[in-house]
Amino acid sequence: MATRYVGQGVQRVEDRRLVTGHGRYTDDIGGGTGTLEAAFVRSPHAHARILDIDVGGALDVDGVVAIYTYEDLAGAAAEPLPILIPHPALHAGRTGYALANGVVHHAGEAIAMVVAQNRYLAEDAAAAIVVDYEILPAVVGLDAARAAGHTVHDDVPDNVAAHLLQQVGDVDTAMKDAPHRLELDLEISRSCSMPLEGKAVHARWDPDDGSLRVYSSTQTATSVRAAIAAKLGLPLPKVEVIAPDVGGGFGVKIMHPWPEEILVPLAAMRLQRPVKWTEDRREHFISSSHERDQQHHIEVGFDDDGRILALDVSFWHDNGAYTPYGIICPIVTSTQLLGPYKPGTYRVEFRSMYTTTVTVTPYRGAGRPQGAFAMERTMDRIAQALGRDRTAVRAANFIQPDEFPFDQHMTFQDGRPLIYDSGDYPAQLGMIKEIVGWDDFPARRAAAAAQGRLLGIGIGCYVEGTGPGPYEGAHVQVLTDGSVEVAVGLTSQGQGHQTVFAQIVADELGVPFERVRVTTGDTRRFGHAVGTFASRAAVMSGSAVALAARSVKAKALRVAADALEASEADLEIVDGVVVVRGNPTVSIDLAHVAVLSNPLRYAFDDAAKAATQFARPADPDRPPVPEGEAPGLESRDYYSPPRSTFASGMHAAIVEIDPDTSEIRIDRYCVVHDCGTLINPMIVRGQVHGGVAQGIAGALYETLDYDEYGQLRNASFMDFLMPYVTELPDRIELGHQETPSPLNPLGIKGAGEAGVIPVSAVLAAAVEDATGIRITRMPLSPSELYHLRREDHTA
Amino acid sequence: MTEPTHEIALTVNGVRRTHAAVARRTLSDFLRHDLGLTGTHVGCEHGVCGACTVLLDGRPVRSCLIFAVSVNDHTVTTVEGLADGDELSPVQQAFGECHALQCGFCTPGFLTTVTAELAENPRPTREQAVDMIAGNLCRCTGYHNIVDAVLRAAELSRERS
Amino acid sequence: MKPAPFAWHGPDQAGAAVALLAEHGSDAKVLAGGQSLVPLLAMRLTQPAHLIDINGVAELDTVDVEEGGVRIGALARHRRVERDDAAFRTQPLLRQALRFVAHPTIRNRGTCVGSLAHADPAGELTVVLAVCDGTLDLRSAAGTRTVPAADFFLGPLTCVLTPDELAVSAYFPALPRNAGTTFVEIARRHGDYALCGVAAVAELDRDGELTRLRCGYLSVADVPLVLDLTDAWRSDPQDAGAQAHDAVDPGTDLHATADYRRHLARILTIRAAAGAIADARERVAA
Repeated sequence: MATRYVGQGVQRVEDRRLVTGHGRYTDDIGGGTGTLEAAFVRSPHAHARILDIDVGGALDVDGVVAIYTYEDLAGAAAEPLPILIPHPALHAGRTGYALANGVVHHAGEAIAMVVAQNRYLAEDAAAAIVVDYEILPAVVGLDAARAAGHTVHDDVPDNVAAHLLQQVGDVDTAMKDAPHRLELDLEISRSCSMPLEGKAVHARWDPDDGSLRVYSSTQTATSVRAAIAAKLGLPLPKVEVIAPDVGGGFGVKIMHPWPEEILVPLAAMRLQRPVKWTEDRREHFISSSHERDQQHHIEVGFDDDGRILALDVSFWHDNGAYTPYGIICPIVTSTQLLGPYKPGTYRVEFRSMYTTTVTVTPYRGAGRPQGAFAMERTMDRIAQALGRDRTAVRAANFIQPDEFPFDQHMTFQDGRPLIYDSGDYPAQLGMIKEIVGWDDFPARRAAAAAQGRLLGIGIGCYVEGTGPGPYEGAHVQVLTDGSVEVAVGLTSQGQGHQTVFAQIVADELGVPFERVRVTTGDTRRFGHAVGTFASRAAVMSGSAVALAARSVKAKALRVAADALEASEADLEIVDGVVVVRGNPTVSIDLAHVAVLSNPLRYAFDDAAKAATQFARPADPDRPPVPEGEAPGLESRDYYSPPRSTFASGMHAAIVEIDPDTSEIRIDRYCVVHDCGTLINPMIVRGQVHGGVAQGIAGALYETLDYDEYGQLRNASFMDFLMPYVTELPDRIELGHQETPSPLNPLGIKGAGEAGVIPVSAVLAAAVEDATGIRITRMPLSPSELYHLRREDHTA
Repeated sequence: MTEPTHEIALTVNGVRRTHAAVARRTLSDFLRHDLGLTGTHVGCEHGVCGACTVLLDGRPVRSCLIFAVSVNDHTVTTVEGLADGDELSPVQQAFGECHALQCGFCTPGFLTTVTAELAENPRPTREQAVDMIAGNLCRCTGYHNIVDAVLRAAELSRERS
Repeated sequence: MKPAPFAWHGPDQAGAAVALLAEHGSDAKVLAGGQSLVPLLAMRLTQPAHLIDINGVAELDTVDVEEGGVRIGALARHRRVERDDAAFRTQPLLRQALRFVAHPTIRNRGTCVGSLAHADPAGELTVVLAVCDGTLDLRSAAGTRTVPAADFFLGPLTCVLTPDELAVSAYFPALPRNAGTTFVEIARRHGDYALCGVAAVAELDRDGELTRLRCGYLSVADVPLVLDLTDAWRSDPQDAGAQAHDAVDPGTDLHATADYRRHLARILTIRAAAGAIADARERVAA
């Protein structure tokens, strides 16, 4: 296969429509069609019993069409929302209802939906609805959840939703026998995905057809479709879901079905009018989902070289009010905490706790940042205890290049064994040390100190299981005009899928890139898919697209061989033309092959004539459509790997602390990462940049501030500090390693989350290196650092 | 009781447009839903993210913080008005070349802002380019490519003139 | 996040605006730049029945620079004042402070007088008005009164403006001869509200000796705080920092503790004062 596009920084096909203002995001859809708009009454209280809902005032508002409360739901729609990923350890899983059923468990939970002529009127009506509450005690923070003075759910007396212990080897004996032991406590606080476009749903019911079309700003059109069909009692083929242009996801939009994804279609069906809902920013803060909040206790036993003989981790995960996504985040922490290392023995135990706060579901990294923080801070602490270089201690613990595939003897988040397929961590370490100038740094730090400046360096390593299954699929079809239509089932939120999958098809099929059109996230075009998350799109759909393109190519060569009376082995496809290798005068256009691949009775245009029954002599004993084949030059193929493939990376940063104000400035930020084969290096770099930006944001700026009553105090962009350009370093120095994955046809590993995973660990380490202060809790603000330094001075 | 409406006339992207709207109709909603120009996006409705930035009489403003009725008879340029027919403006072209957008939601706000800023300062230093985009949030790109795009747009403008 | 309904009024004369306030004032808000007001309306934190929109009152869109000072009309946008070179020469703190007000896009629409009337102790112009001993002209149907900065601000978002009054202009006295200024601020993000900000004015005699040092403080008290630090600085700059540290009364919030803000007041006093003195020395030399 001639590689012309894969591996190139091809400019994106998405860009033209997006830079000209012709993107179609969910709120852009259905203008001028009499679409009604929804708004919600949401609980102002973190924990309350609903005594009465008086909608009288709302009915007076001009333009109100309908008001719904729990009483108006029926059948499956009135049942609790699903637990998407059940797990035996989730012994007390709880979910909410599409509209609150008697009790609310977090401020922001939906109680009533108003549908009106426009959003302004819907909000007026919502404001006029009077709800009578009996306020119940709030439970905020892991300490309060553990203490269980009050419960979030009446029937979960200890506030524990799940408890899981996994063990590899005899940790207790190894710990007892270890020459050295350490204990540490580490904490990461709550944050969230915060895409620039919130959630949005637009639903249309076709009464003539008995069918429903829903647009949703989601990361999984197929699963939302299944959920809507189930909840509204519709046959699956009568529901279509489309994820149009989506303004960022970062994990929050893989969670589904949101109450609004059920209620807005329900209203559209009942009112026989299109209905839409566009989440505003305040709603997003208090009724989407959050993540990251965990407290970890670590005990580690190690030898004189810093090799870990026993690693014993227990942690608490704050899952908020409900567990609709199961316990994926703490499972990811548990397994990915191991990073590139092979501790002698390992035990990890977690409890997932309820609090009366917004539900927790994955945010980019999905538990890995916490795991990396725990492991990397531990490595640093070991190095400090032994007086050894922090990279030497890490190197002593690496899985070696000749040890792959490496079995960590645990079960990963995909339910499959945690077996790393490929990687070269020592080489990666060499690269990152070189890029950041690790060995020269002590001299630099000393020279700065002589001038009264505080400089520090930190390093962090991670391994990321990417491309979990169970599968993805692709449909590739060559049309009779020579263009190629590709459809994949998963969705896009800016990753350039329409470009990268076109690159793969162009190379695999041998057609010009410009002729390939890719559709994502549209159940009308592709019905079986999982979704976009866990850095899986390139691995899963990329592989499926390659397989489908190969199938199409194989068929094209069969049909062409027949038409040219040549041998298949002698044929190749170049720029959309099937030619005999070495004799390009004997050729047939792929467009024509597409025509011939579909034997016709009726010619609807000139090109089609060639496929009709009298156009060519035919073998009277062979059926026009051969056994085992289908008409048309198309194929639907699936990629379903035995397990995930393991990307990895290392980050290093140099920070400077203002000795007076304790402000933290990132002097340099360096990344080396391995995501196997790169389809589009420009897009991968963009993913890493964006991930690092979110990682820095999470390390130094972003947190969610709940008070003891369960009120989110910083529910706006004024106080939730997403960084502008001015808060981020000038540039990210990016180094690249490629250890292809043996698990998929193109050797791809995922890259979507690479940038975010180790950042808190790296920056904590660098600040610690600069100040000598133990940093055990992130994020870290100048004010917090000032206090830590002051306490340290007085101590 | 129905809310009174006001007849609002604006010159948008060179074309005189009129539509009735209630007083509290934000300029962002007016543009998007009354005039059908959905290129301007709404990210926060409190003026911080910049996705809604349009040019009012040539200067960038947050359309989510303006009521359409307040700017009756004024001139507005949105992202849909930046290209010259099929030809992308230097800023639009530069954003594509530099991979300065991923999901595209914040992009219209950057494009209008940068267009106005470069009109005023056609040869920015990198530091000045950073200043030009310092008031717009992007969640996807990490900004580095956007700064590159500002400088590239300046270069393209010079090439074209 | 859509505002609650209101009756909109779009006068094109200041007199008409004032008459509307006389009639509806107790349940009305004045809309100029809207950069502070509209978010409050969107979040329904305020729901006035009437909105008096003065964006059409051209007579208020003025910046008048005289030798004695700069008079800024109610509709003059931050951007206009920031870029006015004559205003900068007369009272440099205006441009120095305005550069820290949010971002240029906000400054294209927001107004100086609107900021002052909003009375946010984190608003940069409030401290500039206070440290220059500026005034505000408040006009009602009964007439116009001039209120000095020291009397205008009562507390966070509270001032002496009555519901029937329109703030029509603000007056910033000129920087004295042989004086220099510096405005410094520390915020979590560029353009954010300050954790602490200091506007320093230093006056020197002809020999370059400090005769007067006044510092205005942002975000560390309920109202803009002005301190005379002349003696403290002359004794030891650290003393000036200490005096500021003790005088400010900041609060604790998510972004910073009161102690940290106090600490910043100390550090920034020294930085701002040193900057103002250096600036003054340059002017004396020139």
